[in-house]
Amino acid sequence: MPVPILKQRDYLIASVQAALSDADLTDLRDNLSNQVGRFRSRGVIIDVTVLDVIDSFATRTLRSVAHMLKLRGAETVIVGIQPDVAFAMVQLGLTLEGVGTELDLEEGLAHLDRVMKLRGANGV
Amino acid sequence: MHLAEKRPALLRELVSHLREHREQLREEWARRITDAHLLSEMTQEEVFSEATAVYDNYVEVLETGIVEALQAYARDLSERIIPRGIETHEVIGIVLLLRDVLARSLFKKYQHDFDLFNRVLDAYEPAANRIANTVAVSFVRERERIIRQQQEAIRELSTPVLPVRERLLILPISGVIDSQRARQLTEKLLNGIRDHRAKVVVMDVTGVPTIDATVANHLVQAVEASRLMGASVILTGLSSASAQTLVTLGVDLSKMHSVGDLQSGIEEAELLLRRKAPAQEAPAT
Repeated sequence: MPVPILKQRDYLIASVQAALSDADLTDLRDNLSNQVGRFRSRGVIIDVTVLDVIDSFATRTLRSVAHMLKLRGAETVIVGIQPDVAFAMVQLGLTLEGVGTELDLEEGLAHLDRVMKLRGANGV
Repeated sequence: MHLAEKRPALLRELVSHLREHREQLREEWARRITDAHLLSEMTQEEVFSEATAVYDNYVEVLETGIVEALQAYARDLSERIIPRGIETHEVIGIVLLLRDVLARSLFKKYQHDFDLFNRVLDAYEPAANRIANTVAVSFVRERERIIRQQQEAIRELSTPVLPVRERLLILPISGVIDSQRARQLTEKLLNGIRDHRAKVVVMDVTGVPTIDATVANHLVQAVEASRLMGASVILTGLSSASAQTLVTLGVDLSKMHSVGDLQSGIEEAELLLRRKAPAQEAPAT
């Protein structure tokens, strides 16, 4: 089942609805890449509140999504990682290093706004 | 197993003897309890009242061979007396005293027929042993249950999560941290971040005597997990001994933002919060 992607201002918000298969994850990566290009979005939020497992494949894919989108001009923030998911991830050494993470959607938007402001200040 | 199936006639005789002499034997027993300085935490009335209940239960088990009622009573009694500081040896002591009081009474009755006395004892002994065992085990089990409960409560109390300002949590940790506690700590921390929507957590370890490599790794994990939830952690109160140990062990603390004391930690936290404040907030003038 594809992850719905909504457009909000300059940002895209992908809300994961259910556990993601490996195929779902790669689809998400491709869809986001296309949509960022299509709407020239500057920020992407991936909301994983619903997930109670984030394994190594998911972690790697999310990181590669973030890197890909950065190359296309968009900042990525992962939001909604739950306490026990976060705990399990660090125990397995999965750190999502290099990707922004925030508590929830509201914080994710604030994070993107801050980054945009910085970009604007730096003339990016 | 119904003990009453064995030697039923003798047991019946035994039981009726014990019922007949109930008042006298019970009194003797209560007196011996006091003489032995057992149950000193309880008043005379209380001792007598419990003695009555135990005596009647005791005779009941001898008669029916069914221990369930006695088990239930023993559990209930334990629940009541353990908080009053009554020890295991006291409980076992009073049951053995009763056993002795009753045995002597039987001897007095049957002493003129040694053979009969032996048969009475054959009927009495296994039942009496089972009773002593049942009471002792119930008491000990209840004690263990209470100890586990208390340990849980202590663990809960020793890891408070304090919301100090908006978006700022303080986690004061004191005492020894083992792996289990570290895990609980991390759980409380992460749940606290979610519940209070914290962006910064000041984790103060002033009260932790030693931090070895294992504990340090747990702390690093806690910090990384917090980051995944969008919160930064500032570690404060690391003793110089602990700092030395960690450096020597080569623990990777690059992921840890560490500051001297709690006060500096809070100031640092407020700086961080201002930097992370929403972009659209009007600057204070």
